[in-house]
Amino acid sequence: MHPTPQIVFTARGLTKTYHMGEVEVPALRALDLEIREGEFVVLLGPSGSGKSTLLNILGGLDTPSSGEACWRDHNLASANERELTEYRRDHVGFVFQFYNLISSLTVRENVALVTEIAPQPMRPEEALERVGLAHRLDHFPSQLSGGEQQRVAIARAIAKRPDVLLCDEPTGALDYETGKVVLEVIARINQELGTTAVVITHNASIAGMADRVMRMADGRIASVEKNPHKLSPSELSW
Amino acid sequence: MKTIDRKLLRDLWHMKSQAFSIALVVAAGIGAFIALLSTYDSLQWSRQSYYEEARFAQVFASIKSAPRAVEQQIAELPGVAALETSVVQDVTLDIENVAEPVIGRMIGLSNGSQPGLNHLTLRQGRFPEHGKRNEALVSEGFAKAHGLRPGDHVVALLNGKRETLEIVGIVLSPEYIFASRGGDLPDDRGFGVLWMEHERLASAFDMEGAFNHATLSLSPGASEAAVIDALDRLLEPYGSLNAHGRKEQSSHRILDQEINQQKTMATIFPTIFLGVAVFLLNVVLTRQVATQRDQIAALKALGYADITIAVHYLKLVLAIVLCGILLGVAVGAWMGYAMTDLYTTFFHFPRLIYRIQPWIMLVASGISLAAAMGAAYGAVRRVVSMPPAEAMRPPAPTHYRRMLLEKLGLAHLLSPQARMVIRTLERRPLRTLLTSFGIASAVAIIVSGTFWGDSMDYLMEVQFNAAERADVTVTFTTPVSRTALYEIARLPGVLRSEEMRSVPVRLRAGHRTYRTAVSGYPPDADLRQLLDTQLRPVFLPSEGILLSRRLAQRLGVKPGDRLMLESLEATRAKRETVVSALVNDMLGLSAYMDIAALNRLMGEGESISAVAVKPDPSQASAFYARIKQMPQVATVAIKDEMLRSFRETNRKFLLFFTAIVTAFAAAIAVGVVYNSARISLAERAWELASLRVLGFTRHEVSTLLLGELAFEIALAIPLGLWLGYLLAQLIVALMPMETIEIPVIITSATYAYAALAIVIAGVASALIVRHRVDHLDLVAVLKTRE
Repeated sequence: MHPTPQIVFTARGLTKTYHMGEVEVPALRALDLEIREGEFVVLLGPSGSGKSTLLNILGGLDTPSSGEACWRDHNLASANERELTEYRRDHVGFVFQFYNLISSLTVRENVALVTEIAPQPMRPEEALERVGLAHRLDHFPSQLSGGEQQRVAIARAIAKRPDVLLCDEPTGALDYETGKVVLEVIARINQELGTTAVVITHNASIAGMADRVMRMADGRIASVEKNPHKLSPSELSW
Repeated sequence: MKTIDRKLLRDLWHMKSQAFSIALVVAAGIGAFIALLSTYDSLQWSRQSYYEEARFAQVFASIKSAPRAVEQQIAELPGVAALETSVVQDVTLDIENVAEPVIGRMIGLSNGSQPGLNHLTLRQGRFPEHGKRNEALVSEGFAKAHGLRPGDHVVALLNGKRETLEIVGIVLSPEYIFASRGGDLPDDRGFGVLWMEHERLASAFDMEGAFNHATLSLSPGASEAAVIDALDRLLEPYGSLNAHGRKEQSSHRILDQEINQQKTMATIFPTIFLGVAVFLLNVVLTRQVATQRDQIAALKALGYADITIAVHYLKLVLAIVLCGILLGVAVGAWMGYAMTDLYTTFFHFPRLIYRIQPWIMLVASGISLAAAMGAAYGAVRRVVSMPPAEAMRPPAPTHYRRMLLEKLGLAHLLSPQARMVIRTLERRPLRTLLTSFGIASAVAIIVSGTFWGDSMDYLMEVQFNAAERADVTVTFTTPVSRTALYEIARLPGVLRSEEMRSVPVRLRAGHRTYRTAVSGYPPDADLRQLLDTQLRPVFLPSEGILLSRRLAQRLGVKPGDRLMLESLEATRAKRETVVSALVNDMLGLSAYMDIAALNRLMGEGESISAVAVKPDPSQASAFYARIKQMPQVATVAIKDEMLRSFRETNRKFLLFFTAIVTAFAAAIAVGVVYNSARISLAERAWELASLRVLGFTRHEVSTLLLGELAFEIALAIPLGLWLGYLLAQLIVALMPMETIEIPVIITSATYAYAALAIVIAGVASALIVRHRVDHLDLVAVLKTRE
């Protein structure tokens, strides 16, 4: 019997309210959550359900209005800007819907941007090999297809050997086939490196590859399902 | 090299044209600062080293005539280090092929050799040979103006006798760096200085064994005032009251005034330039950094610390500003050299010494760097302080309101493009205003740099057409009887002639004194009108003295106060009179009286010292030929000649100055317009590309972007013209002008010039941006997020 993996993310009563001029827009309403080490979690939910806000707080890109959010012994809710920067630098890999590559840097340099500041990085070439882009090291982002750009973003995220990989709609801007390739890369990283992965999507089919699926609605987690039959991305269809 | 630094280099390369235009703005500020300050410093330094090298005297005294035996007594005065005496006489010269008589100042040289003080610098030829009585040296400016070379001859009217002098050398003198008979206008054509053997000159003027001019240098620590006092007492029996220091020496005074003006220019203009440059840097960099907010957010998400990101952008700015500094130093040095060189057209130095002191460059660079860093830091901090999650999202769509025209129900009059343009402008009124203000400051700089020509033209017009209406002023060697007026009136071609009496005086009110001349005119004078600044005629009171307002201020007197007149002529009469009124004249610190009242006050009969003449132009040469022969005539001043000489030298200077200012302002205008357009393009590329996809033509899409620019420029021009007017007044108010009151006159041509220069700069920038819009990569733009 496997020992139960440790809990890495904990959230209790997590609340986030945005102030848009005179209107208050609640994005998270007293949300609770636990994520264990090495888990592959898919966050499902319609637009405006608070998925991105949750991911941003877990990744140290944003802070909650109230409530608790911890990564292991790091309290992300009370951390200051410097502590959050360190947390992101040492532990978190981000993948965004629109890749957010630096257009003036080549593929290799975009990855090197991270490996130069991470404590125990892999070589940029190795990270790019893992996403199948070893042959496009010296291309600029503008010379790549969308799927390739997203793979560069993934390579950039994993090159620091992060503890968690946070992906916000990683296939949102990609076509079906390309989307699958990208999901395969994420799944492989999760399995081979044991990186905890949290993937946001509004595509319910992707849930098939998760360990657990959390459905979000109205700033709360509406339901949590364990997925007994994890599929590989190639088996998914939508 | 770190990857983030590689990003820096690539970004710089990518935005090279924008970076260059920002660097241009910095360079304009620094260039103006360096050019003007280094010119000031170089002039100052050239003068100082020339004075030292040539042993320029410190105290000067003119007397009627003193025996050489007095020399010993002067030399023994405490504080006197060295003494040089000579005979100095102003005479009429007759130069071949020059119809008009010319004024020559004859100065005696002991044995024809180098004087102990005020060394002459030989530029061509040699010194007169001892015993060769009619050999002479001539001042370089005068020689150049008339094309005189060693071997040429000039005829001088020495005490009524025509003598032909052979020019053997061309020289420079520290006493005549600025050559004029005492006026403020350079006159190398109508006024020349000649040196010849002392004995020859003395005998011509019956001054053998005597001198009438003494110059001396002081021993270290000696008090100039004490020496002047002692000298005045010593020379009083010989007809002098007027020993003075360098401050009142005519060439030094003008040079000093010019250097002080240059100093003011060098303070005001660069301050404005640098101020505008700093303001623009701030506006441009803030927007530039704002366009990079998604990259900043990405760097933050990757774990880069705020400080690292801030340093990254500061380095970007540093690189741009350093380019600007290098360019500015190079341009500033070149312009400073050219400007210093231009000064040699009316300041005759043996050589032009141009230098840029390191502190000038350090201060200019330091200010620009600090300002740029401050601006960039402010802009970066705003973006960096945003939570990255927020920065990563594109800025929330701005809230559009129904615009003014819609509220007024006039929107249907506008095309959709025009509506888009107006909405964009209305949405960001502050940005529109800042951009317009930046362009307006460039307009203002041009106006404030070019109006000088207008003001000088006006001043000349008033002074020489409305006020001094005589074309020729004939001055006698000594005051003569009024019958001389009738003699001149009878000369061929004299249409009108009027007597004048000018008494050199020292005015004293309490402890304040000022050396000037009291001019006496007939109350009904037509050839000499007294005008105030509003050009209203001022009537001469039948009693009392009329003073320039600036002179009254200097003496601390007001109408009704009593004033002491100490004549500096042979009589040395001291008389008291009453200040009857003040006059707001523009040129000079002058005192005027009714000629009859002046003669009464001086206890003289009907004596006159000059005659103002209006000759018939068709008989001018006959008139000049006769006047050159008249023995009691000392000098003949011809207005046209003087004006021509002035215009020639001044025009060049003004043109150069205008060109510099316009070039700098154009750089600033291009910097603002181009950057503004490029950033708008970056911000709206997606929108513009979408319109192109929808079927808008390139022209229509460009109109959207350039319409904004056109509006901003249209707003900027009237604002800039008004600011320029205010700036011109500020500069004139700050100018140290003792003897001139410069009116702020700006002609519509100058306004039009400023507006046109900015429109051209704007159109040039717009064309470059238009080119970019035309080559917008639709697919690439639409592929990126928005």
